[in-house]
Amino acid sequence: MPEPLAWQIGKVTAIRAETPGVNSFTLELPSWRAHRAGQHYDVRLTAADGYQAQRSYSIASPPSRAGEVDLTIERIADGEVSPYFHDVIEVGDRVELRGPIGGYFAWEPPLGGPLLLVAGGSGVVPLMAILRERASAEARPPAALLYSSRTFDDVIYREELDALAAADAGLRVIHTLTRAQPPDWTGHARRIDRAMLAEAIAAAGAEPLAYICGPTLLVEAAANGLVELGVPPARVRTERFGPTS
Amino acid sequence: MTEGFVSRGFVGRSRDPGERAGRVPPGQYLTEGFPVLSAGPTPQIPLDTWAFTIEGLVRTPVTWSWQEFTALPSRDWTVDISCVTKWTKLDTAWHGVSLDDLLAAVEVDPRARFVTAHSFGGYTTNLPLTDLLNNQAFVAWEYDGRPLEPAHGGPARLVVPHLYLWKSAKWVRGLRLREEDEPGFWESLGYHNRGDPWREERYSGD
Amino acid sequence: MDDPLVLDANAVAGDLAELFGFEVTSATHRCGHCGNVAAVGTLLAWTQGPGVTLRCSACREVVIRYVRTATHTYLDVSGASYIAAGH
Repeated sequence: MPEPLAWQIGKVTAIRAETPGVNSFTLELPSWRAHRAGQHYDVRLTAADGYQAQRSYSIASPPSRAGEVDLTIERIADGEVSPYFHDVIEVGDRVELRGPIGGYFAWEPPLGGPLLLVAGGSGVVPLMAILRERASAEARPPAALLYSSRTFDDVIYREELDALAAADAGLRVIHTLTRAQPPDWTGHARRIDRAMLAEAIAAAGAEPLAYICGPTLLVEAAANGLVELGVPPARVRTERFGPTS
Repeated sequence: MTEGFVSRGFVGRSRDPGERAGRVPPGQYLTEGFPVLSAGPTPQIPLDTWAFTIEGLVRTPVTWSWQEFTALPSRDWTVDISCVTKWTKLDTAWHGVSLDDLLAAVEVDPRARFVTAHSFGGYTTNLPLTDLLNNQAFVAWEYDGRPLEPAHGGPARLVVPHLYLWKSAKWVRGLRLREEDEPGFWESLGYHNRGDPWREERYSGD
Repeated sequence: MDDPLVLDANAVAGDLAELFGFEVTSATHRCGHCGNVAAVGTLLAWTQGPGVTLRCSACREVVIRYVRTATHTYLDVSGASYIAAGH
């Protein structure tokens, strides 16, 4: 790493609604540095009296887009930082951030595959960055994404995932909707369990490199499940979100 | 660099104590909730293996089983608590036994000046013995009329409301009385040895 | 583990990078308690408290902890028998 991390002030240049309650924010950074898929930025808010709140948000955009990053942020009702992003932030506002951060929960083509990605809700963000990175790589390992959402409308990046999977026989996307399903839904309709994890392993390939991201309990259940199904623990990387964000 | 940067329109969680300001120590804000803080996994201690021991500079060390401990003379306590992470909660209601009653059972050696509280899970914190006397501290097994939840320190925790809450050791398993002070888990890593919120004794050197 | 408070070490990777001066979650460590050798990124992090505590995912003992006071950061790595970063 060239220099120690420093806080910098980014400018919001675009806001895009992904799903109800989830927006992507494009931030132009004066000291942008190419990141790796899976990494995040720390964001820090400061009130007039000096009070600060800090959270981490995964980078959604690929490193090929120099000078800026997209952070996809879900609005958490009793949160402190995500409601500020959704309710107050406008294009042109400035945000203090530090990054890119996180060497362990990151993927780049030399790490190989097969890739097994497990996402709960907005945990899909760093995994989407990985899939976007994979799509632009010369050698694409086989990959499977197992993605749990509450309802159809809550599936972030849905159309892009459909398009990626349609264009690439080596990518399989397995959805499960846990709270409500549309009438013509043929996908899964329950919480991630061993059967679904086994299906994902079968789709990805033997001894996959697994990345799991989402709420803590989902991540732990999935990590334990993969290990019980024979994935070596050293090939399972986790990013727990914790109880709130 | 980024000195002096303020996020437009960011207020954060409500920090104005309003008319209760006099009860809130400097630099603290009021919370209605009860935040859960920890340095490690929540211990799960079956009551039939739980025990509380007072040892060290005492004439006779004493160990109580859960049955024996909760049969000791106990009472309700309503106290304000302040965490060094800046939240204060007023009028918290507990039930438990005072340290005065516990220490009376062991006959404290006159050389004893300090206490280290030990917890299941390995946490420790240190205090001057005088901060535990005269109804200033208790060991509680009920909070808000119900058995103390593991997340908040159950089966039983030390409560020393006049000091920052890191001194109120969760999952307490005993006290060791000493002649010399021995910094505990946070005191050995930059936190103040005593921790009086009214003097804002947060960090060593404060 | 079933502990809703626990996070992965990458949640504090920013703080750790500031402390160590390099990206440390991809470095290897040896737990001083049980000898487990793994990436620093596998440590389990308790971040809600007076300080941050990172514990071994195998034995749950403390490997790294740090406290940020108003003026200093106190770092305790005595729970690691080594941290090995490639160069």
